[in-house]
Amino acid sequence: MSEDVTKQVREVVDAVYRSESRHVLATLIRLLGDFNAAEEALHDAFTVAVEQWSRDGVPANPRAWLVSTGRFKAIDGMRRRARFDASLTELAQQLESSTSEAKEWDDESVEDDRLRLIFTCCHPALSPEVQVAMTLREVCGLTTEEIARAFLTTPPTVAQRIVRAKRKIRDARIPYEVPSEKDLPDRLDAVLRVVYLVFNEGYSASSGGSLTRHDLSAEAIRLGRLLIELLPEPEALGLLALMLLHDSRRSARTSPTGELVLLEDQDRSLWNRDQITKGVSLVERSLSSRRVGPYTLQAAIAAVHAEAPIAAATDWSQIVGLYELLFQADPSPVVELNRAVAVAMRDGPLAGLTLIDAILARSDLENYHLAHAARADLCRRLGRTAEARASYERALGLTKQEPERRFLERRLSALPDKTC
Amino acid sequence: MKYMLLIYGDEQALSENERQDCYAESTQLAQQLHSNGQYLAANPLQPTAMATSVRVRDGKRLVTDGPFAETREQLGGYFLVDAKNLDEAIAIAARIPTARKGTVEVRPVVEIPGLPTG
Repeated sequence: MSEDVTKQVREVVDAVYRSESRHVLATLIRLLGDFNAAEEALHDAFTVAVEQWSRDGVPANPRAWLVSTGRFKAIDGMRRRARFDASLTELAQQLESSTSEAKEWDDESVEDDRLRLIFTCCHPALSPEVQVAMTLREVCGLTTEEIARAFLTTPPTVAQRIVRAKRKIRDARIPYEVPSEKDLPDRLDAVLRVVYLVFNEGYSASSGGSLTRHDLSAEAIRLGRLLIELLPEPEALGLLALMLLHDSRRSARTSPTGELVLLEDQDRSLWNRDQITKGVSLVERSLSSRRVGPYTLQAAIAAVHAEAPIAAATDWSQIVGLYELLFQADPSPVVELNRAVAVAMRDGPLAGLTLIDAILARSDLENYHLAHAARADLCRRLGRTAEARASYERALGLTKQEPERRFLERRLSALPDKTC
Repeated sequence: MKYMLLIYGDEQALSENERQDCYAESTQLAQQLHSNGQYLAANPLQPTAMATSVRVRDGKRLVTDGPFAETREQLGGYFLVDAKNLDEAIAIAARIPTARKGTVEVRPVVEIPGLPTG
């Protein structure tokens, strides 16, 4: 066999690995009932593939071939180890007879397996940072090093989280199942929270200019797509729409020097039209379900912004209305603050200021820098320079992000000198 | 698989009537679990004021009043159940009356050989 053929086969195997390894892993976990055994079997199957595909050619259905080979390798391995541990003989037999049907790994059950894997990695019995690490590792196939880099931690920390999670999945017997209809809304919420957390981790840090963190947003969008393909629930559609609409403004939200650019000041020609079109159509699809939740409403708000050709043309009445609905679905002070800002845009700064002062008077958002920044901005527009200055300073004292700090300092120094 | 459901709550929080209601509801739950074949054992415990802690150090027995640690929620009872997996155990835990006020901790049981059965 020529070297060229080997090289070609290796390329094919690499491509199959990229497109199929997560599918194959998800199914092997179900068949073998164990994450570690499945990972080992996956590795073995690809090793055999390199060898055998160069000799016999690539099989018609590589995915089924890999599952079947991985399963065979695992059973074979158990038999060999059974010489030292008799209990494995029985296990190997059980495995062989209970999973011998090829329909066990047809396309439909494989798709279900991907969903099982997502729900298992996002099981509420695992802590949130473990859910994130498990999802990125097992569902997305990121390496421990990549996850550590993205979350500014060390590979051993991530590895340890994953080891502990797998042990808990096995020993506390977290089931490898798509939750029952009764539990689905809560469990889907947990999955969406993980996806959104991954997205925000990449999105909010993008001003740092670190490419790996941008990749994290892309990974979250990929996860969102996978999720709606497997389970097109309205809130899953809403979350994907929200991520696409936010991501569409990526290149407009920071200046070439890394400074923060407010929505109203962004160069809208830099917005990604393709993502906006997709986002808007997903919002519409979700809204038509009449089962609207917080992600869909936030996406709808982002869609209204996206559809305004210039900032001055923004339909603030519609945005206020959507914030009313969002506040009903998610009555948090942050939503209330955003609604107040929208009211200020619709009815003028004084109306908004009254609402913000009422929120701050309840001391819910006393230490939230954006509440003071929003107040400062409204005072500035009303010409109440002294009050604006005090609120900008308060916001400055509370913010931890460098680009935000620089933004607030610029605003502060742009205030007229004379205090009134 | 066996799971121990440890029931924690503020033992001062219940009136005598509420305690009786809690016992009645828990008994009913135990009966339902029994008819599903999931019940192994369950009992409420006397309050921590009735507790005695025992330690043996250097062969010497130390007996003291009270529980090992003072906390806001005290262990007040348990269910030992047989469940297919963690989700099934969580579903049972959520039906224990104290779950609505206190906390139910779900712990998988380690099966070791040599214990008497039945």
